[in-house]
Amino acid sequence: MESIQYGLFMLGAIFCAYRAIVAKRILTATIYLACISALTSAVLYLLGAAQVAVMELSVGAGLVTVLLVYALSVVGDDAMDPASVIPKPLAFALVGLTAVVFGAMAYPVIPAYFERGSLTLAVSLWQTRVLDVWIQIALIFSGVLGVLGLLSEKVPGKKEEVES
Amino acid sequence: MTLTPLNIVLFGVVALLGVGLYGLLITRNLIKVVMVLQILIKAVILALVLAGKLGGNTGLGQSTAATVIVADTIVAVVGLALAVQVRRRFGTLDVPKISTLRG
Repeated sequence: MESIQYGLFMLGAIFCAYRAIVAKRILTATIYLACISALTSAVLYLLGAAQVAVMELSVGAGLVTVLLVYALSVVGDDAMDPASVIPKPLAFALVGLTAVVFGAMAYPVIPAYFERGSLTLAVSLWQTRVLDVWIQIALIFSGVLGVLGLLSEKVPGKKEEVES
Repeated sequence: MTLTPLNIVLFGVVALLGVGLYGLLITRNLIKVVMVLQILIKAVILALVLAGKLGGNTGLGQSTAATVIVADTIVAVVGLALAVQVRRRFGTLDVPKISTLRG
């Protein structure tokens, strides 16, 4: 039963990812991306990472979707994806080869699975990796400042006219 | 080969990475490039939590995944802001056209 749940969620995420990539309209792709986020959150919850699942759901399916829709509203209706430069069969073959090699490398790890006691997320985040948390806070602050600058209405490269 | 839940997640991670890489190769629209990066990051988040569970150190895997979510959000925000500015300046979001324009 548990395997069926995992399988359904993962298959749904992969299907949405494929649809997001082949979708011609960016807004449609945005909706599919939100679905991927929600399905990934469900898998994370099943894996026992409830707090990470909540973060992923709120940030991935919420904040990033809102930002994408805002960007699309600014850019306009002509946000269509043009045809690919690389031939699709070549891209498919390259990616298939990469996925097979990666899977063959990662699969032997699974038999080594064993459950043992470990640090909780709170201890790991707020005690052993507290410096990372401060760096993340600084990163978020600098990101907000960067966006304030980048989203300003002033067109870059144009000199401001001096009013006489 | 038995299909345990962890096997299924591992195959899902590989498939999501594959789909993301395929999208990165065929996509030309700047906003869609940001979206494809999001798909790749979701696969990475799943892989980190899975690796933490496999290695027996769930807290470390989850905290690293949380860090990746924060960094990924900043990447998305700055990437979208840059895309909007590129659209305003060059009038297009097509990556090959932008790379051939000067000034």
